[in-house]
Amino acid sequence: MAKQILILGGGVAGTIIANGLCRQIRQEIASGTVAITQLSASDKHMYQPGLLYVPFGKIRESDLFRDQRKLLDKRVAFFVDPAKTIDVEGRKVATDSGKTFTYDYLVIATGSRIRPDLVPGMAEGADWFYDLDGARKLRDKLNDFQGGKVVINVNAPHKCPVAPLEITFMLREFLAGKGVLDKSEITYTYPIGRLHALEPVGQWAVPEFQKFGIQSQTFFNTKSVDATAKTITSEEGVTLPYDLLITIPPHSGQAVITDSKLGNGGWVPTNKQYLLREGSDNVFIVGDTTNIPISKAGSTAHFEADVVVDNLASLIKEQRWSRAYDGKVYCFLETGMNTGTYVWFNYTTPPNPGPPSQMIHWFKLGYNRLYWLSARGLL
Amino acid sequence: MGERTTIDARGAFCPGPLLELIAALKLGQIGDEFDILSSDKGSVTDIPEWCKKVNHEFLGTTEHQGYWSVLVKKAK
Repeated sequence: MAKQILILGGGVAGTIIANGLCRQIRQEIASGTVAITQLSASDKHMYQPGLLYVPFGKIRESDLFRDQRKLLDKRVAFFVDPAKTIDVEGRKVATDSGKTFTYDYLVIATGSRIRPDLVPGMAEGADWFYDLDGARKLRDKLNDFQGGKVVINVNAPHKCPVAPLEITFMLREFLAGKGVLDKSEITYTYPIGRLHALEPVGQWAVPEFQKFGIQSQTFFNTKSVDATAKTITSEEGVTLPYDLLITIPPHSGQAVITDSKLGNGGWVPTNKQYLLREGSDNVFIVGDTTNIPISKAGSTAHFEADVVVDNLASLIKEQRWSRAYDGKVYCFLETGMNTGTYVWFNYTTPPNPGPPSQMIHWFKLGYNRLYWLSARGLL
Repeated sequence: MGERTTIDARGAFCPGPLLELIAALKLGQIGDEFDILSSDKGSVTDIPEWCKKVNHEFLGTTEHQGYWSVLVKKAK
């Protein structure tokens, strides 16, 4: 009977793993020794970093999506039937439709989700761009915006660590282009005592904010939003008025993780080198779903996925581990509509972002198109 | 007596020890303790300062070889 590799999640990590394994263990798949199945909540694969451009009308929505079936190697059995409960002791997964899938190896790559419901008043009073409906709604509001107080509010934890700064710089240019910047005031809030989690990025942002007249309120942990009064209040006792509130909501893991009692908040305790679930020898956790203290970013998911592909293939073919994940993260950072920089680091090398340039912005725009090669496991 | 959770944020550049603590506190119950391991010396001042601002209880810092252990109790 074939060894079953079951992958939960059709995002970047799950897709890279499925496609990468098809290449590395093609002989075992062809001989029927191994079979790969992927379960996803959607038949579409979304390029999530593209959502940043939607509020400004800078990307066509259709460019954000591909059919997941077409992205996946044809040797992967694919079902739009998300996991409902995961039984790691019994080595089986029950799905929304009532089916049961057993496995020899499980990959949990179910990602994260925004939870504006966790902050009183946030869902009613705030806008966001972290899902398509939110990004569309924000696009409409920005089109109608004639100036006023904009608060960009950041909550922990969240995916895509640099997006709050990106939206701030892009918004400033957008308002300038619309001719309403002089009638506007932008205030950026952050939960800790600097402008960004990454100290070098936070330090870099200080003179940029000063140059562009962007206000900031650090040590701002959101307590509540009053959608009627149009104010946002922090645990630290600060209340800010707004005409437009753009929030990066707090996130959690997927409900299936908490429902299956696999991790508080939906984050699964994970070994940071080998990406095994703590206490398991056959369950891999990848991407946002881990509890590893690392950026919840697409690049993290991508580099982790590469390691899982190598290790799973090596375990199947040679009964040995291949390599450890070194903590690598690599993020582009748009610093406006026409400039960008990037930052990378790993467990042992600290971040050191370079000066922004048009060329790096173009690389980012190029990657927005080339991403689909990454998903196919080719880049 | 609440539960004690260890957050090993040694070598964590992003989001970093204080943001990891903030996220963990949201999931905890009042009385739970969080032991944050950090190789970033800034955490030794950042975390107690933040606890004071938002009224969580800072229980103390212990220096180890190459890292610090900062203990916090969720107070509200």
